[in-house]
Amino acid sequence: MKYKVEPLKSWGKAKELRKAYFDNYVNARQSGGLRVCGSAWAFHALPYGLGEDIYWLTGEPYGAQVAFDKDANKQLQDVASNKGWAHDLCSYMRSYWGSIYADKWVFGGKWPTADFAFTNQICCSHSKWYQEVARSEKIPFKAIDVSSGAYEWIKGVDDPRITYIANQMAEAIEWMEKITGRKFDDENFIKHLKYEFRATSTWAKICELQKTIPAPLDEKAIFSLYSLATLNKADKSTAEYYDELYDEAADRAKRGIAAVGSERCRLISDTQPPWGFLKMFRYLEDFGAMSIGSLYTFGLQGIFEEKKDGTWGYRPTPMDKGIEINDRETALKLYAEWNAAKPEYQQFYDPNIKTRLMMHIIKEWKVDGVMLHLNRGCEGLSLGIMQNKDELSELGIKVMTYEGNMGDETEFDEDRVLARIDSFMELLGLEKIKKST
Amino acid sequence: MGDGYLHGIKEDIAGDGLFDQFFEWYDDRNSYAKKWKERTGGKVVGSLCTYTPEEVLTAANCLTVRLLGFHEPQDVTEPYLFAMFCPFSRDTLAQGLKGKLDHLDGVVMAHSCLHLRQTYNVMKHKLPVEFAWYLPIPNNVKDKYAKEFMASEIERFKESVEEWREFKIDENRLEDAITLMDKNRHLLRTVYEYRKDDNPHLTGMEALAMVTASELVDKHDANREIEKILKYLPSRKIKTDSKVGSRLIVIGSEDDDMSFAHMVEHEDATVVIDEHCTGTRWFWKEIGPEHDNLSQERRIGDRYCSRPACPTKDYAMDDGTRLRFLHILKLCGDYNVDGALLIQQKFCDPHEGDMVPLKEFLSEHDIPSLQLEFDVTLPLGQFKTRVEAFLETIGEEDLF
Ligand code: SF4
Ligand code: SF4
Repeated sequence: MKYKVEPLKSWGKAKELRKAYFDNYVNARQSGGLRVCGSAWAFHALPYGLGEDIYWLTGEPYGAQVAFDKDANKQLQDVASNKGWAHDLCSYMRSYWGSIYADKWVFGGKWPTADFAFTNQICCSHSKWYQEVARSEKIPFKAIDVSSGAYEWIKGVDDPRITYIANQMAEAIEWMEKITGRKFDDENFIKHLKYEFRATSTWAKICELQKTIPAPLDEKAIFSLYSLATLNKADKSTAEYYDELYDEAADRAKRGIAAVGSERCRLISDTQPPWGFLKMFRYLEDFGAMSIGSLYTFGLQGIFEEKKDGTWGYRPTPMDKGIEINDRETALKLYAEWNAAKPEYQQFYDPNIKTRLMMHIIKEWKVDGVMLHLNRGCEGLSLGIMQNKDELSELGIKVMTYEGNMGDETEFDEDRVLARIDSFMELLGLEKIKKST
Repeated sequence: MGDGYLHGIKEDIAGDGLFDQFFEWYDDRNSYAKKWKERTGGKVVGSLCTYTPEEVLTAANCLTVRLLGFHEPQDVTEPYLFAMFCPFSRDTLAQGLKGKLDHLDGVVMAHSCLHLRQTYNVMKHKLPVEFAWYLPIPNNVKDKYAKEFMASEIERFKESVEEWREFKIDENRLEDAITLMDKNRHLLRTVYEYRKDDNPHLTGMEALAMVTASELVDKHDANREIEKILKYLPSRKIKTDSKVGSRLIVIGSEDDDMSFAHMVEHEDATVVIDEHCTGTRWFWKEIGPEHDNLSQERRIGDRYCSRPACPTKDYAMDDGTRLRFLHILKLCGDYNVDGALLIQQKFCDPHEGDMVPLKEFLSEHDIPSLQLEFDVTLPLGQFKTRVEAFLETIGEEDLF
């Protein structure tokens, strides 16, 4: 082994938090709490104005959880198809709808109906997803439109594009008061907004530690760790956990502790992986290759910025910058602007921007090659991916593509993908250094 | 010799030739645009969605042409779009990659679905255009703040067009463009009124040619031609009354498939109304005269937010109700519709995302429907039997 490896100490805690999240959602009503469902990109902090007893269920991580269970996945996808939904729709969404129709909670028991649906709309599927949830579960629904253009087209916090998003949130507050009969408490909202700023900025800081050789984390682990922010980025436990994880990852980086002891080739992936086949990332290790992350795992929730010196790194929170957040209007504007900067939003407008951000990672994180997942399950994040391939190749970057589906194993051909990896490794000049386990 | 978009069905279009000019424009769209440029010295801008505010471009002496496909298999888009994106967006892109759109000076993407956005982004980089603009359009068009946002985006768009064209679009020019566009909308609506009659005066294919061609040519030309048609329409019969057969609505995204309309209307059926982007969704509402001291940008924006919404933009209701469905129901009533053909472009997520509730909704309102999964680039023969069977069912229902 080239580098020393150690298990991640905080791993167990991440697992506990994840389990508690789903359990709490199911049990929310026992203590009079509210169940809220929506996209992983929803403004998670906002409903906390209704009280501390808010329990989120975000659809994408739920869909990913279903994908891990091959039998359930097949059953729920089939249920959605039998209802008449097209096979090519977002596979997470189909699993989620399948769960509602089948009245099946993938962890066991009956489907827990939400009190209301509150989501964002940037992908064509976001509002359609929760429109159908509202129709099936007979619950109120609201979607905030965040499709106001790429961040670099926005001129500061007072740009009408930001005002548009902030105004919709202000309206959503009144709506939430109306449908729940609860009074909105700005202080509690702002408290959770600060957790969200902190968690999403710290996550980006953690990802920056991946610049270290050997990388303290690998993407297999990152898949589990980033997902805490997708579950609920406005929860205190997420912010606290990421602080703890940062300390541990920083310590590993300092001491040269590797995630993959054989690391000699650093890759990045793209979009959600085929969740049922994460072992393909293990297979890379046979060649001494590992994925240090991706624009997807870094920037789905992590908030970064392009620095004056031309590098790319975590964005300090408004609190770090000494900005006071004491009133609703300021909070909503900052919240809208912070989210508009989300790296994974940018490719919804122009693949050039995504290529540029990927190039930051490739150069600054010392990456040797890129694996692009042509993910049939997610049109949103696959948008422009062939253009990215073209642009990266033109810049001299070694790129492989493979077809698959994050949440539908019938669209993943394992042998074929492994064969493509073999060819890619050859292209990178790598031979197997140990037998595949 | 035209550009060939009618694929030889021109010869089959029997009748009095009243709509021939529209068929010709549809068929010769690229030649028309090139000649228009020579004639006017203006610029030609390709539009990738019905939400493009054409008024601004018209005022800047630009011809807006809706970019559509050729309805034929192609193999040039694979390096840019992978298999999961809709055939319409691929077919449209193919036109550009094959050099058929080299006369375009600009391309505009009015924010709608993801698929078409890719077409735009590839065109922006691969076509020899001077001007490319991505126009954010509110998704939630019925939201309280959508109109204000839309107006600010139109303002930004106008500024960028002015910069490109190197002249200011003054209020008079923009008002003239609004009046011109509104006149086109009004005339199209007037023609559509005749379709409500027992014998609808024009076929669905003719209506399709008229609206789609209006999306491709100078509105002065289109208006002149529609006015001409309107003189003859009141006394015109398209078929013997018994041959009008089942009255159909076509519902979908982009549908400029002449051969499909042609095939359907060869049966005992007539398409009397539509709810798609190359039909009513493009022209249904007018901007109207100045009122309440609203800015021109705001008036234009209000129209785009209030016109019948595309599925990506229809989620304002708390309970998940689609306003679009209520509009469809009204059309079905107004046009005395017997059945609905749901044209589902393969991989079209926005429409797929409405399909199940739409079918249930139509069924709850006793409107029989047939869903057909289209691939604009594949032959339509496969649908013939299904359409026939559907029409038979509707016919039987009529008996009881
Ligand atoms: S971005 Fe992908 S995962 Fe998210 S809703 Fe859209 S298709 Fe589904
Ligand atoms: S057919 Fe559907 S997916 Fe394709 S461009 Fe039209 S709306 Fe978009």
